[in-house]
Amino acid sequence: MSLEDAVSQLRSGMTIGLGGWGSRRKPMAFVRALLRSDVTDLTVVTYGGPDLGLLCSAGKVRKAYYGFVSLDSAPFYDPWFAKARTGAELVSREMDEGMVKTGLQAAAARLPFQPTRAGLGSDVLGFWDGELQTVASPYPDAQGRTETLIAMPALNLDAAFVHLDIGDKHGNAGYTGVDPYFDDLYCLAAERRYVSVDRLVETEELVKAVPQQSIILNRMMVDGVVESPGGSHFTLSGSQGRDEKFQRHYVEAAKDPETWAAFKARYLDVSEAEYQSAVAEFAAEQAK
Amino acid sequence: MSTASRAEVCAVACAEAYRDNGEVIASAFGTIPAIGVRLARHTFSPDLMISDGEATAVRGTWAVGGPADGDAEAWLPFNQIFNLVWNGKRHIMMIPTQLDIYGNCNISAIGDHARPKVQLLGVRGAPGNTVYHPTSYWVPKHSTRVFVPKVDMVSGVGTDNARKAGPAATRYHELRTVVTDLAVLDFTPDTGRLRLVSVHPGVTVDDVVAATGFELVIGSDVPHTRMPTAAELELIRTVIDPRTLRDKEVQG
Repeated sequence: MSLEDAVSQLRSGMTIGLGGWGSRRKPMAFVRALLRSDVTDLTVVTYGGPDLGLLCSAGKVRKAYYGFVSLDSAPFYDPWFAKARTGAELVSREMDEGMVKTGLQAAAARLPFQPTRAGLGSDVLGFWDGELQTVASPYPDAQGRTETLIAMPALNLDAAFVHLDIGDKHGNAGYTGVDPYFDDLYCLAAERRYVSVDRLVETEELVKAVPQQSIILNRMMVDGVVESPGGSHFTLSGSQGRDEKFQRHYVEAAKDPETWAAFKARYLDVSEAEYQSAVAEFAAEQAK
Repeated sequence: MSTASRAEVCAVACAEAYRDNGEVIASAFGTIPAIGVRLARHTFSPDLMISDGEATAVRGTWAVGGPADGDAEAWLPFNQIFNLVWNGKRHIMMIPTQLDIYGNCNISAIGDHARPKVQLLGVRGAPGNTVYHPTSYWVPKHSTRVFVPKVDMVSGVGTDNARKAGPAATRYHELRTVVTDLAVLDFTPDTGRLRLVSVHPGVTVDDVVAATGFELVIGSDVPHTRMPTAAELELIRTVIDPRTLRDKEVQG
């Protein structure tokens, strides 16, 4: 399937999960396809990076569930997310990083919630407008005290988008870097699951290319596979480092409407293939 | 051997926060805490586990500001880090944007949460870290901008809010040490209030009071922070921070 095919199955108002972490192995080609579509009014669940930033640049995010939003290198703060926050353009469901994992685990296991300590005593409860509750343990501790914990609600997703390094057409897919992040949980928590891969290969080649433990998605966890070389650009993936120069270019461009319009025309109002060519041209210009 | 700089005194104070910690992950944000945990492991806390900043636990002692060149000893992807956080096998040193009288820490945003004046990183792992395992703080510039009477939003849980949230929050809550460019502080066990432990050589108690936006607990006789030993200075200058990145974080 194509990026466009996957995105055409979305509807405005959906809750989507975006895999990866910060500026690491983000499903950026899917995000760019979302920007080209008229899908909007999204609720986004993510360990946020420039994926959330780009969606905010197009005003597509109504509500965001996140543990943090970081570019992972200077200037660290995503400029478009910061604009959306300071302009109160989205509803924030900020939480502890571990709470995101807990909420995805609950959804993956089809549970209404999972208890956690994380969030207790912090202002996170206040950020959720009553949407986040506590739960008392039915088992007293050794001193006879009752522990009252955060009841992290399941983060059920209408759709999940993840990017992995290598996969087959059935949806078996693996990573080649140092960290799987939480892409398996996003897929288990979602109704519709889409994975883009740098390399689409036959199953026989996949299982020879990476250790078995790296094949974190099996075909039960995936509905659509897209071959998208460089699909995580400008974030890092196992097969390529982060394009730091381009990420800085993105941040600089966000500073005023004129430079952003130019950035958008050159890199976003174009097909994925044209994006990849424009990025290669940018790298060549920078190397001069 | 010339006398120690302020940055070197701070690095040793950060190392001291990791004395007798046993076998835990030493997570440190900032250059000087990074020097501190490596110094601690190289000398008096050999069982600490230190990550390369990505997903690998690495042995040995390497220079800050470059790639870890020791031998890998374990795999620490983010998923496993959360498991270890929840299991308590960690002591983190975070950098607060704001820190208040009870050790509540803000790294999320400045202003009102619904419409902040400045968006920072969000709460990150601060809520979980503070209720699951020991937490310390590093403040590179001790000032009334950081040490405020009340933080705009509580990311890291202070002693008062942990107590209010009950036994599930206090069970593993342990704020340990606050190291700044002026002083070392901790928390009084009874009231949970921030307390001055020592001032760095060349700093007076009045300097610390003037740079703090609330009333600290101060004993009658505040000692000086200990000076680095000759061996510690040698290690910092030749092995751990040969490029003197520490002076970019703290001058003088």
